[in-house]
Amino acid sequence: MPKNTHDVIVVGAGHNGLTAASYMAKAGLDVVVLEKNDWIGGAAVSRELYPGWKYSNCSYVCSLLRPEIMRDLELYKYGLQIIPYEGSATMMKNGDYYTHYHDHDMTINSIRRHSHKDAEAYERYSRDVLRQCKIIKPLLKMTPPDLTSFKPKDLFGALEFAKHFAAKDELDGLGEKEIYDTIRFYTMSIRDYLEEYFESEITKAHLAGSAIIGTALGPCSPGSAYVLLHHYMGEVDGSVGSWGYARGGMGSITQAMMGCLKDHGGEVKPSSEVTNVITKNGKAIGVATQNGDEYYAKKIVSNLDVKRTFLKITEEKDLPDDFVKSVKNFKIRGSSGKLNIALDALPDFPCIPEGDPGGGGDMHFTETIEEMEGAYDDWKRGEWSRNPYVDMCIPSKSDPTMAEPGKHYMSVFIQYVPFNLANGGWNEERKQEFGRHIVDCISEFSPNFKDLINHYEVRTPLELENEVGLTEGNIFQGELTMDQLMFNRPVPGYAQYRTPLKNMYICSSSTHPGGGVMGAPGANAAREVLLDMNVPQKGNYY
Amino acid sequence: MTQDLRYSALKKTPFHSRTSMASRTNKYYNWNGYTVPTEYSTTELEYTAARNGTSVMDLTPMGKYEITGDHAHRFVDYLVTRDLSEMKDNTVAYIIWCNEDGKVIDDGTIFKFSSTKFMLCCAVKIYNWLNDSAYGFDVSISDVTDTIAALAIQGPTSCSTLKKFGAEDLEKLKPFEMREYKIDGFDILISRTGFTGDLGYELWTDPKNAEATWDNIEIAGKELKLRPFGMHALEMTRIEAGFIQTNTDFMAAEDSLRPTRMRSPYEIGMGWLVHLNKNSYFVGKKALKKEKEESTTERCLVGLDIDGDKPAHGSVIYNSKKEDIGIVTAALWSPIMKKNIALASLKRPYGIKIKENIFAEIYHPEELEYRKIWARCKVVKRQFFNPERRNKIPADLYE
Repeated sequence: MPKNTHDVIVVGAGHNGLTAASYMAKAGLDVVVLEKNDWIGGAAVSRELYPGWKYSNCSYVCSLLRPEIMRDLELYKYGLQIIPYEGSATMMKNGDYYTHYHDHDMTINSIRRHSHKDAEAYERYSRDVLRQCKIIKPLLKMTPPDLTSFKPKDLFGALEFAKHFAAKDELDGLGEKEIYDTIRFYTMSIRDYLEEYFESEITKAHLAGSAIIGTALGPCSPGSAYVLLHHYMGEVDGSVGSWGYARGGMGSITQAMMGCLKDHGGEVKPSSEVTNVITKNGKAIGVATQNGDEYYAKKIVSNLDVKRTFLKITEEKDLPDDFVKSVKNFKIRGSSGKLNIALDALPDFPCIPEGDPGGGGDMHFTETIEEMEGAYDDWKRGEWSRNPYVDMCIPSKSDPTMAEPGKHYMSVFIQYVPFNLANGGWNEERKQEFGRHIVDCISEFSPNFKDLINHYEVRTPLELENEVGLTEGNIFQGELTMDQLMFNRPVPGYAQYRTPLKNMYICSSSTHPGGGVMGAPGANAAREVLLDMNVPQKGNYY
Repeated sequence: MTQDLRYSALKKTPFHSRTSMASRTNKYYNWNGYTVPTEYSTTELEYTAARNGTSVMDLTPMGKYEITGDHAHRFVDYLVTRDLSEMKDNTVAYIIWCNEDGKVIDDGTIFKFSSTKFMLCCAVKIYNWLNDSAYGFDVSISDVTDTIAALAIQGPTSCSTLKKFGAEDLEKLKPFEMREYKIDGFDILISRTGFTGDLGYELWTDPKNAEATWDNIEIAGKELKLRPFGMHALEMTRIEAGFIQTNTDFMAAEDSLRPTRMRSPYEIGMGWLVHLNKNSYFVGKKALKKEKEESTTERCLVGLDIDGDKPAHGSVIYNSKKEDIGIVTAALWSPIMKKNIALASLKRPYGIKIKENIFAEIYHPEELEYRKIWARCKVVKRQFFNPERRNKIPADLYE
């Protein structure tokens, strides 16, 4: 027997890889996780690039991570704590602002300042979106059935899927009208959807933000309404749609997962980039790493996106042609950038009165959907948005562990930023120019912001690809559009975490239910591996 | 500071001007005859302050009794079940006390200043009980509830907040120790005690100093995630910590209409506070000794880890034969642990010898209809949450 033999190899120590590894280790398997970087966590990391400040370098807020996973893996015991947000705000050029709060009544009062009609419409909108959240929630944990298969598992699965879709469990069933609404919701643009409820531009602009974050769609693109749902379907302790910070940054999530994995005998090897999957007789039997090591296992689970998994580390000859073609066609377009900023003090945002909890969470300055669409138009031309949509927050306002008291860490997520920058692509100079542009945009709403900056890290889609390993820097590991969701994710016919290569599985966000720090793809994939290995599964998740 | 209470039902605490200003929801409740906030803004965020930053709670309504005199130490040791004969000056002890039948009257904390001066803090009114019990002792008892303003300052950054407020070297104070400070010309007593199961302190001062203290603590905690927190958030934290609440988890013997509702310390998980081998007699000793020797304890108070995410408020607990074996007294979805937990009073041997295969019947409200959930429970340690920082010396500082 060759050295380095395990039950399971997981390629990539992102949150889904670690979730899958932890569930399998808890079930008693011998699991090793191989990570290319010399730190772990993928896109859920906290790194100190400037002394005294911790950055959530990539993902920066948490809502989607399934509570059942946190419970099963006892992430609290290993140091994870979620701190809910207080509110969110959009600043306006005329000095006014628009806010949402943790408290529903405060939100209603805030909307009423802009439109009496919208304040009431918000109740109706909340009900309808919550209904969609309830419909989708049970689907997240399911392995999508193969609709073309006649295997009993798939037939029952399809029935189960349809049953949940008709919301038999959570909502006691839907009427004809609600089913039509659901189908419309999945295919509409967010602009069209919001227009059905609201009249005030600022209300629409504030709400539409969730529909474009991370996607290469604009607010007028069909399918963008679903992206909003994807950002709403999470929860913080039963408060659906709420977001929070991971105490100590997003790295606390993956560190806690690693704690659980190690406690159950699993192992994580940093600086071990997998270069290729070793096959024998059409089966995956192991992997080789950059540093020349070889690892062998009964099952190999890839946490890489579907393109990297099958176009980079797997050889084309081991895969069916039509599968390779589908993978090549998989849409995974980079559209976002990020700034992580170390601040000497809390910057003033004169639009938001001091003490208003609306400034406690995400802040924006895009006032209309047209502005947002304009930002998208720049991206289509291969340019970063001159007037970008930003999702900025200051986690250190709520989290005492990110910087010392009085100092602050600010995370600025920027939409849109192209992967293929026009006129010669990205280089250091243009990256810095992009960073300065964003700082200038924020300064328009915060006069003392620039003076407080100690250091900032600029992240373009290129860094996200090179460092984190997300193809084209797409944060969801693939667009969240109907052609790439559920039984179509990552590609039709292979939505059950298994791949055409025997003993090879995929657990990344390129699979159902998709991107975000959710853990569900990892937990779902682990279930399928355990099923194939006849290992009993335990936990609240299953 | 006497208030004219003609035509009014509830008193205001010395912090009222500040607590009412901090309240965005105007939700109050009656605690021991005082009006105090149940919630200031959002319970979840207030709870978070206690687990992430600093939470401040107006504790003034808590019953406070000063016991002074030559026999003070002897009297206190006689009153409670715990052996306090070796209790040191400037320390605090957690205690329970019973009636002659060995049924619990209340739990609380006792502060020892010297062998002739103690302060007892508790939830229910016990002025009469103390005076009755003091017969034959050279002690005097005064109800100082109105004359001491009290705040709970709890949470991971609480030590830093209080240090910034002026409590020097506070990080060296050990759990259940107390120290007198002079801050801005006023005497302030700070004890490392609390009801949240986390790092935390309680602060006791003159009502005249209350408003200034509140303001200065608020300033001190500005960068330390300080937030006032109300009763709802306190309830969440105390369940996680496994602390019991009188007249919630058990009926106080003095308040019980039905004698069968009275509970011995062994029935509410407080057996560890009963020191039957202490040299002197204490109230209830005979009855408790008999109960222990004859193993007649009928119930127990345990922690439950419950499947699913719907809190089991008031649920009846069943065995696998669907026989009623007890009731949930307090329930919560724990935000920090992401667990569905509860405290339950069970009929032995359930909870002691039988810890699995028990079920909670949960009625989950869904838009004017109830969904009945049959959830599997596991008996676990009642102290669900007990972070290392709680008892760490020196205490964690955020600087």
